[in-house]
Amino acid sequence: MTFLGHLVTGLSLGAIYAIIALGYTMVYGIAKMLNFAHGDVIMVGAFVCFTVVSSLELPPVLGIILAVILCTVLGIIIERLAYKPLRQAPSLAVLITAIGVSYLLQNGAQLIWGASPKSFPSMFNFGGENGISLFDGQLNISYVAIITVSVCIIIMIALTLFTEKTRMGKAMRACSEDKAAAQLMGVNVNQTISVTFAIGSALAAVAGVLMCSAYPALSPTTGSLPGIKAFTAAVFGGIGSIPGALLGGILLGLIETFTKAYITTDLSDAIVFAVLIVVLLVKPSGLLGKYVPEKV
Amino acid sequence: MKKLLTIVLVLALCLACFAGCGGKKDDATADDGTVTIKIGGIGPLTGGAATYGFATEYGAQIAVDEINALNSGIKIEYDFQDDTGVAETSVAAYNELKDWDVDVIYGCTTTAPCVAVASETFADRYFQLTPSASSPDVTAGKNNVFQMCFTDPNQGATAANFVKDNSLATKVGVIYNNGDAYSTGIAQGFIAKAGELGIEVVAEQTFPADTTTDFNVQLTACKDAGAELVFMPIYYGPASLILQQADQMGYDPIFFGGDGMDGILSIEGFDTSLAEGLMLLTPFNATSTEERTANFVNTYKERYGEVPNQFAADGYDCIYAIYEACLKIEGLADMDHAQLCEALIAVFTSGDFKVDGLTGTGMTWQVNGEVSKEAMVVEIVDGVYVQK
Amino acid sequence: MKTLNAKQKTSLNGFINYGIIIVAYVIMQLLLAGDALSNKMQSLLVPVCCYIVMAISLNLTVGILGELSLGHAGFMSLGAFSGIITAAALANVMPNPILRLVIAIVVGAVIGAIGGAVIGIPVLRLRGDYLAIVTLAFGEIIKNIINVLYIGIDSEGLHIATKEANLELLEDGIAIVKGPMGAVGVTKLATFTVGAVLIIITLIVVQNLVNSRSGRAILAIRDNRIAAESVGISATKYKMMAFVTSAAIAGAAGALFGLNYSSTTAAKFDFNTSILILVFVVLGGLGNIRGSIIAAALLYILPEMLRSFNITEYRMLIYAVILIIVMLVGNNSQIKSLFGKIIPKKKGESVNG
Repeated sequence: MTFLGHLVTGLSLGAIYAIIALGYTMVYGIAKMLNFAHGDVIMVGAFVCFTVVSSLELPPVLGIILAVILCTVLGIIIERLAYKPLRQAPSLAVLITAIGVSYLLQNGAQLIWGASPKSFPSMFNFGGENGISLFDGQLNISYVAIITVSVCIIIMIALTLFTEKTRMGKAMRACSEDKAAAQLMGVNVNQTISVTFAIGSALAAVAGVLMCSAYPALSPTTGSLPGIKAFTAAVFGGIGSIPGALLGGILLGLIETFTKAYITTDLSDAIVFAVLIVVLLVKPSGLLGKYVPEKV
Repeated sequence: MKKLLTIVLVLALCLACFAGCGGKKDDATADDGTVTIKIGGIGPLTGGAATYGFATEYGAQIAVDEINALNSGIKIEYDFQDDTGVAETSVAAYNELKDWDVDVIYGCTTTAPCVAVASETFADRYFQLTPSASSPDVTAGKNNVFQMCFTDPNQGATAANFVKDNSLATKVGVIYNNGDAYSTGIAQGFIAKAGELGIEVVAEQTFPADTTTDFNVQLTACKDAGAELVFMPIYYGPASLILQQADQMGYDPIFFGGDGMDGILSIEGFDTSLAEGLMLLTPFNATSTEERTANFVNTYKERYGEVPNQFAADGYDCIYAIYEACLKIEGLADMDHAQLCEALIAVFTSGDFKVDGLTGTGMTWQVNGEVSKEAMVVEIVDGVYVQK
Repeated sequence: MKTLNAKQKTSLNGFINYGIIIVAYVIMQLLLAGDALSNKMQSLLVPVCCYIVMAISLNLTVGILGELSLGHAGFMSLGAFSGIITAAALANVMPNPILRLVIAIVVGAVIGAIGGAVIGIPVLRLRGDYLAIVTLAFGEIIKNIINVLYIGIDSEGLHIATKEANLELLEDGIAIVKGPMGAVGVTKLATFTVGAVLIIITLIVVQNLVNSRSGRAILAIRDNRIAAESVGISATKYKMMAFVTSAAIAGAAGALFGLNYSSTTAAKFDFNTSILILVFVVLGGLGNIRGSIIAAALLYILPEMLRSFNITEYRMLIYAVILIIVMLVGNNSQIKSLFGKIIPKKKGESVNG
């Protein structure tokens, strides 16, 4: 029973990592940049939802919609101002700019919402209960966890279909393979990358709302640690691969939980990262990553 | 372009260097005989610990304004510098304050930076009073550093004694942040004392940082081990998550926290019913009806839009302690910071220097820098603190 | 004739770097002697030296070897704690502080190098972002482990435990590293002069490495690994050489850093610190050592300078904006073509800058 409990905990935690990792991997796959500001966009999304639901006391649905809209707009603005001028620059320059954006969002959020922690409203209560209770209350599965896992799978399928079937999706895959060739074939590379960022930011808003519903603590630095963990998860699964992000996230959550439960809580982070290193040594491009042979 | 930028920055830098040494100490005494004391505060105003830094800054600011309105012959000039919660930045902030001709150092808010700054103030002879850096390492071997808060091992031992004296539990679990000196210090103090008193610590669980969000494993371990009481010497942010997750899994032991737990009731959006029955060691009660506390809480709410926690109250008391000690010093006007430091040490350790503040009445200090004040355990009942 | 010119140019470039450090050192010493340096600037001298060394060291990995490392602070951490322990252990045997500091720095470098070798052997076969994530993971592992370690010393030698109570020190023992509290009660040994000398040594090591036969092999691997291997260059060997050198230098910088403060925590050497150093390197120009020196010095002092303007709340916000603007301006193709001649050359064209 305890084992089942840990399994549920690990899955719920993993689902949160997975949903953040999906945004990471999406942007990385197409734009080939590590968007370190992704975690902070998540934080902004959660804060917007918090303001709408807790401070303005509007319905949660409106909060989620507004969070998605505002984050998308924010993502487009960031992309336009900070990343687009650097299309031709070395990838490390973009990485540093992303870090600058991350600092900017964190400190900006602190000026707007203050540094003290906020408690995120619970939005997934049905009939006064916040979860399903099994085996006489020995095992509790929260609705947030169920919703997160479902949303994760839906998003994964939707993203896969989108990139496989639609025109825009094809353009994205073309950009990811070879930007110059895509341009020659009439793909508007700039626009495609902007759309990718918009989608990534919208996903971040959803992830922010779900993460803070599951773990209702919110402060300007909320996004940074899950950001790093989700980045790890994305690499674990094979960065750029959409199903890989889901798998990587879930596995990371499970490994972390089981390490804490059955080995030690003292060194859980060290062990999780050590497992990651071992996996990458065995499979150097992540679990589901494509092996790209080097060409001379 | 880069070169141009470089040159501009270098020039600006040189200017800043020289600007720093300008403005030699202006006469501390005004025409009407008022003495000005410059108090420089240090604490995190950015980063993860920013909320504690702001509380100590604001609490002290209120005290400064009150004292300056008294026209008592001592005026306080107050500056607060950001250290981002890092020792290295804290030392830089301290040096910024030195350039400002500071007389007394108030801070730092967090422990590790405070240890670094304390050894600097010890060498440079500045008097230092910290509102919240609670490790014994802060004051160890430094006669100029004093604390307004309880030391960590002390707090852990007090909590264990309380558990024993009131027969709250025989089996306890401990959950603490092993990446944080404060939390680890109290937890180890508690565990050591619990061993002496025959309280069985059945589960010892840790988490690596205050940004941790999932505590299900730690709670399950406590639950499975049959802990009737869970001791959590952690800050109120992660504590709010633990309470929420315990509620979700239907685990309902007595939760017991340290002074860092104070503030849990004023988290915006927090369902305070989860904190019912929570016990904590706190020197400060924001819901108190006592006049001075009520005034402080009202002013704080008016100005900063939040209910103050013990960080703010300790900060407020620090400024009053420094001020009241200054009142006892003769020839204050002619002292430089080193003389003032020795004079303040003499007053603080004199034994008959007592301060009444928001966090205790008749507070005195020992030679080693520790404060002696009444520890108070409260239980949250109907959303307010009830003293046990 | 042409090759000779190129050679002369590289050595001239190297000498300019030494010159910059020596001139800066002399100016600072003159300012110190004339009491014209504010306390804040004085307190920044040693950390600036550390960060300059860190930036040069990371530039060796990222700019010259061409591998992205996100855990460089991990090596700094190893160096800092081993340096602190060494200095504390020698406190009674060796009264001369400078000698103790030098030995601590050497030990820091050795431990850093060992760390570099341990992590380098398995991971250098990974590429690009996968290498980046493994170095990130390594930095976090180091942080996590040091956070739970308690290290003390007494007449019987070193004691290591995971709980303070288990340390079992004798009467004369002292705890040096106390878990999350980090190292406390460290005697401050670091001086600006040693810092400046460390920069010079770092420059000598890195510039000579880059200009040697091995250095050219490393550059060849960066530019095209397969082509380099096909002409008989052992990629693993030269990659390890650069990576371990880089880690050793970072360890030395860490030891100097650790011995400049009376307390140091493992949490200081986190992902953010690694990123901070990476920012210095990228801003200074990949492979451009002079750029790293200047960028590290300026960017480290910048947020401290911003204190003077009484804008506490906006300080870090302004820092972020400056960072973004500098990256945008520095990489804008129009501005670049305008100032094409004076901008330091991009990756691959110059390694001595």
